[in-house]
Formats: sequence, C-alpha cells, structure tokens
Amino acid sequence: MKISITINNVKREIEISPSEFLLDVLRRLDYMSVKKGCDTGTCGVCTVLMDGKPVLSCSVLAASADGHEITTIEGLENDPEFKAISTALLEEGADQCGFCSPGLILNVYAMKKELKNPTEEDMKKYLVGNLCRCTGYVPQMRAIKKYFEVKA
Amino acid sequence: MIRVIEIKEYYRPKSVEEAYEKLINVDGAEIIGSGAFMRLSSRKINLAIDLQDAGLSYIKLENNEIKIGGATTLGDIEKNEIIKESFNGELIKALQIIWSVQLRNIATIGGTVFPRLGFSDLITVLLVLDTDVVLYNNGRMPLEVFLEEKIRKDILMELIIKNKDRKLSFQYMRNSFYDFSILNAAVSVDEGGDFKIAIGARPAVAKLAKEAMEYLKENENIKEAAKIAAEEMTYGSNIKGSKEYREMIAPVLVRRGLEEVLK
Repeated sequence: MKISITINNVKREIEISPSEFLLDVLRRLDYMSVKKGCDTGTCGVCTVLMDGKPVLSCSVLAASADGHEITTIEGLENDPEFKAISTALLEEGADQCGFCSPGLILNVYAMKKELKNPTEEDMKKYLVGNLCRCTGYVPQMRAIKKYFEVKA
Repeated sequence: MIRVIEIKEYYRPKSVEEAYEKLINVDGAEIIGSGAFMRLSSRKINLAIDLQDAGLSYIKLENNEIKIGGATTLGDIEKNEIIKESFNGELIKALQIIWSVQLRNIATIGGTVFPRLGFSDLITVLLVLDTDVVLYNNGRMPLEVFLEEKIRKDILMELIIKNKDRKLSFQYMRNSFYDFSILNAAVSVDEGGDFKIAIGARPAVAKLAKEAMEYLKENENIKEAAKIAAEEMTYGSNIKGSKEYREMIAPVLVRRGLEEVLK
C-alpha cells in the first residue's frame, strides 16, 4: 500500500507493507538516527515526533502514520534548541555510546515545549521511557537541568 | 522473544458505522486501537481497522458526566483540563504512571479497556469511578458488566465517568517505577459515604470487591474492610509475582487506599 508522510518537512510517498512499523520504514529510508532497540515499546531509542508529540516508532504502524508529520533528529539539525540540548549533553559527558541520544534529545525537545518550568521530578517522569545503559542517568539529568536553567 | 505481526490489509474508516460494517463482514478483521499494545504478542490480522479518523477522539463534560471517546489517547486525557480538575488530581496521577510519555501519546483508552488487559492500572481506577462503556452494537453498560461479558466483535465508542466528585485513591506495587504493577488497588468514596474498591493485576483483570463495599455501608473498620476485599478475590502467579505475594499485599494496598480517601 502507498502512504504519504511528511518527514522533516519533506512530503514523501512511500510504498509499505501493512505489517510494517514506522521505525522500520524510517530506517529503510535512511533516517538512521532512529534506532532499533527493544522493538517492544520499552527502551525509547526509536522515539520520533509525530505531529510534534513524542511517540515510539516501533509501536506505530507505518500505515497509521499516513497523513502525519514526522520529525527525526535529522530534521532538527539547524534548530537552536537541538543545539542547546546536545551541547549540554556533551558538556556533562551525558552520552557515551550515543545509542539512546537521539530518542532522549527528541523527548527533551518535546518536554521543553510541553512543560514550562519542570522540576527534577517532572523531568524524571517525562523521561522515564528513555533507557540508557551507559550513564546511570546522573550526567544526563545534570545536562538536562542545565539546559532548562539556561533556556527557561 | 521474536513477535511476528502479520497484517494483510489496513483500513482507516471515516465513521464508526463504516468500521463496524467491516468488523462484522470481513473474516479476521480487528480494531487495532492505536496498535500500541500490538507488540505484546504475535498476531495475524486480515484487516486492521484504525479508528483515528472515526470521530472518537474527544473529552467533554456533560451533566456531571465525563465523556471520553474510545480513540482518545491516554496522553490527550492526562493533559485535559476537565480530567486535571476531577477526582482530586488522582486520575491524572494514575494515568501518568502508565508506561512512558511516548507510549501514552499512542495508546488509546479504547485500546486499553476493550481488550480487558489484566495488567491495566487504568481499568482498576475506572471501575471505582462509576464508569460506563458505550459499545456501537451492544450499547451502554457498566464497565463492571462489560468486563464480565465475552463481547469481541464490537467497537468501544465512549467511556462515561458518571460522578466526577468521587474522592479517589490509586495504590500499586511495582518492582520499579517504570514497570507494570504486580498488584494494584483503587478506592473511591462519594459525599454520601458510598465506597467502591477494586483490585487488579491479580494478574487477572480488575474486579470490584463487593463484599467489602457492602461491609463499609454499616461498618467503619478499615482494616477489616481491606481484609474482606483482599479475601474475596482470587489471585494467580506470573513473571511479576506469585499468588501468595499478591494475597499478602492486597489488604495493605486496599487499607492505604481507604485511609487516603478518608483523610
């Protein structure tokens, strides 16, 4: 079947199987920032923005994304918020292997738009679905708090 | 474990009528809700019916009843002002512990309630809030009745939470914050002192503790009520916890819930 999705502001007509999930379609189209981790809706490395909201692309049927706008990290390359978040992560040593970083950055990006002055507890709740096996979350939280303090 | 999802055809109807017509007439047709929980098991679906354009995404307050469309995402519900202002903020708290922000932005309330998922926290909470479900073919019925019925081929159009002034408490036991509950319990009370108690994730789907609710009409002993509620349920074992463990924590969760709504 054919679907039409706007990915990073570019409208694309894509041939898919009805069984395919958005994650697999995005990776097939070379949006390689979108990682395949648990593939069961748990780890958050496949996070993308759908109409501005963070979703797990491994749990969205590609067909269900027909007509929607998808944003991946590739689409935020020139966004100052993206630069501010990634700079904070780098400065605090908050990404080691980097596998979880795209999903985390997109979720922090969405959190910034949704919550005005989040507390540390709010941040932890919002980011609970972004698992990291390297950092133990301490430098990540330090970086995200720094980003919010600077930008708030 | 590798889970295989096989979908032959995908269909996005513009109305519930269209969706129901396909559901009934196409062999192997299923409403997929959002597909958020599709990853939990292998499935073969001949026709996947997606309700996102069927006009079932809404939250409204009418005659002291909160009406939620079946295709409304849990994320939209938790951000809604009507929900935020109801049930002393406890319904929001119960929603915000369901998996992750990213999943709640996909998962719909119909997709959570209709499959009668045993691990559901939300069903436990809705049971103590005087909730009715409205099905396209079978009509309106109490959630409690729906959970007992074996209705498969129907569409959950709407949930109606009747008395928005009930005081609510939701209690759960988990191995970590980001996990399913090993056991959960919800308690509510209205201004007239009518209690409702439900226990879920036993691991079977939530159920009202009617004997305990009856006991509280004439008695005030919370500890005894919690014991009655726990004892009138059956429990089982699964990967999350044993039957015996669930039996032991059930009265504790119910007691905490009762204490909280009586504060």
